[in-house]
Amino acid sequence: MAAPLIDIKEVSYEYEQTTALDHISMRVEEGDFLAILGPNGSGKSTLLKIMLGLIRPSEGSVALFGIDSRQFKHREWIGYVSQKSNSFNSAFPATVQEVVAGGLVKKTGLFHKMPKNTDEQVEEALDAVGMKPFLSRSISELSGGQQQRVFIARALVAKPKVLILDEPTVGIDHQNVQAFYDMLAVLNRERNITLVLVTHDVDTVTDRITHVACLNQTIHFHGFKDQLHMMSDEEREAWYGHSVRKIHHTEGSHTHA
Amino acid sequence: MLEAILTYEFLQNAFASGLIIGVIAPLLGVFIVVRRLSLIADALSHVTLAGIAGSLYLSQSVGALALLNPLYLGIASSVMGSMLIERLRSVYKHYEELAIPIILSAGIGFGAIFISLAEGFSSDLFGYLFGTVSAVSRQDLYIVAGIAVIVLAFIRIFFKELFVLSFDDEYARASGLPAKWIHFLFMIVTALVIAGSMRIVGILLVSSLMTIPVATAMRLAKSFKQTIWLSILFGQISVITGLVAAFHFDLAPGGTIVVTSIGILMIVLAYRKISLSKRRGASA
Repeated sequence: MAAPLIDIKEVSYEYEQTTALDHISMRVEEGDFLAILGPNGSGKSTLLKIMLGLIRPSEGSVALFGIDSRQFKHREWIGYVSQKSNSFNSAFPATVQEVVAGGLVKKTGLFHKMPKNTDEQVEEALDAVGMKPFLSRSISELSGGQQQRVFIARALVAKPKVLILDEPTVGIDHQNVQAFYDMLAVLNRERNITLVLVTHDVDTVTDRITHVACLNQTIHFHGFKDQLHMMSDEEREAWYGHSVRKIHHTEGSHTHA
Repeated sequence: MLEAILTYEFLQNAFASGLIIGVIAPLLGVFIVVRRLSLIADALSHVTLAGIAGSLYLSQSVGALALLNPLYLGIASSVMGSMLIERLRSVYKHYEELAIPIILSAGIGFGAIFISLAEGFSSDLFGYLFGTVSAVSRQDLYIVAGIAVIVLAFIRIFFKELFVLSFDDEYARASGLPAKWIHFLFMIVTALVIAGSMRIVGILLVSSLMTIPVATAMRLAKSFKQTIWLSILFGQISVITGLVAAFHFDLAPGGTIVVTSIGILMIVLAYRKISLSKRRGASA
């Protein structure tokens, strides 16, 4: 049996004497579309950063593609889309083409020229997210939703096996959020890209994902989304810290906080 | 003017140095501006002042150092300042910007002490503060050319990494790029450019040649590469016009170069405003 793409074992993380994550264990298998859900301050983004190797856990281990994350060299296998507002300079003078080509930099390697077919690869990635017509536009001219699609294209251009997204819909209006998750579901189904997503959009995302992890310092639930309704009210309250209502829809069970 | 340049070596030195600086300062300036590090350039220029003043003082008081080119100590202090800024930024992780006023005031403080200790180098110092046309030596030109080779090689080798780092620092680190090392090298190269540029533009105005042409280019450019080319173009126009004006009217070239670059900025801002209002008028 193939090793899980991400294998987190007994990971804890302490920051300034506060426990952000407490003995987390979780596996992400090929083809999963996993949503990590939890209230503010539950350690969701910290867990993603540990997966990405941006921070080291205080305890436990992380294996990526069966390799200890400290020895893992193929960063290009993991695409990353951060919260747009966090790191991106919105007035940056660059075209969509230049931004997406930036996704090939790590794969190309230090001291090497960008590949000759960079333009074709960029166009293909933009096509996958429906942004090819915006190739020559300035990134600062685009709406929040369009910019986030461009950042997905930047992550896709290196043909990653896993895409990790940290609250990618922050600042995007509700109508575009739906379309955004539809696009992610297509990438997961048709391109077999494994997706790990941190989000607050519980309602919108539930129809598209395959797995859910409920996190609040510890894992309160991790499994198929269809099993989520098996969480008792007490378990839900322990997870979210206050009363959580379970609303049943005809197509399945959705959770509202 | 051309005849004068062909006749006098000091003019050849000044113009050749100016043309080189007119390329490397805006080129590196694009990365400094988009990474919001403009104030670091200011801090480093003031640290360079301490090195220059220290060197001028030492050349007066220690006979063996009388012929030492002050640029060397200026470069050394600028590079040291860049390392100290990085160290302080990591010490004050939540108040990174604190590093800038600390290093800037340290530069001015040491500079003031050396200036007070020494007497009689006011004309030399004036040249270093505001630039000079007449005092650029052949050795200064060689130093500037050497710095240009380092800067161009650095940008050529790390262009794609610098672009990603400038656009999205967190993404660069998540991708596994050696962001810390590239930033460290970037700071050292910045320190070199500041130290090399000050002979022509002057310590107090050096950061303006790294920022004003870029600010102008950003109002017109559609892409990152276009921003770079336009910044260099505006940098060149400023340096050439500024040096010619400085020579003819016996003015400090730092002032004429900066005033020219601000003039270009004003023209571009006015052009953008007019073209925007015309476009709005056409669509109404």
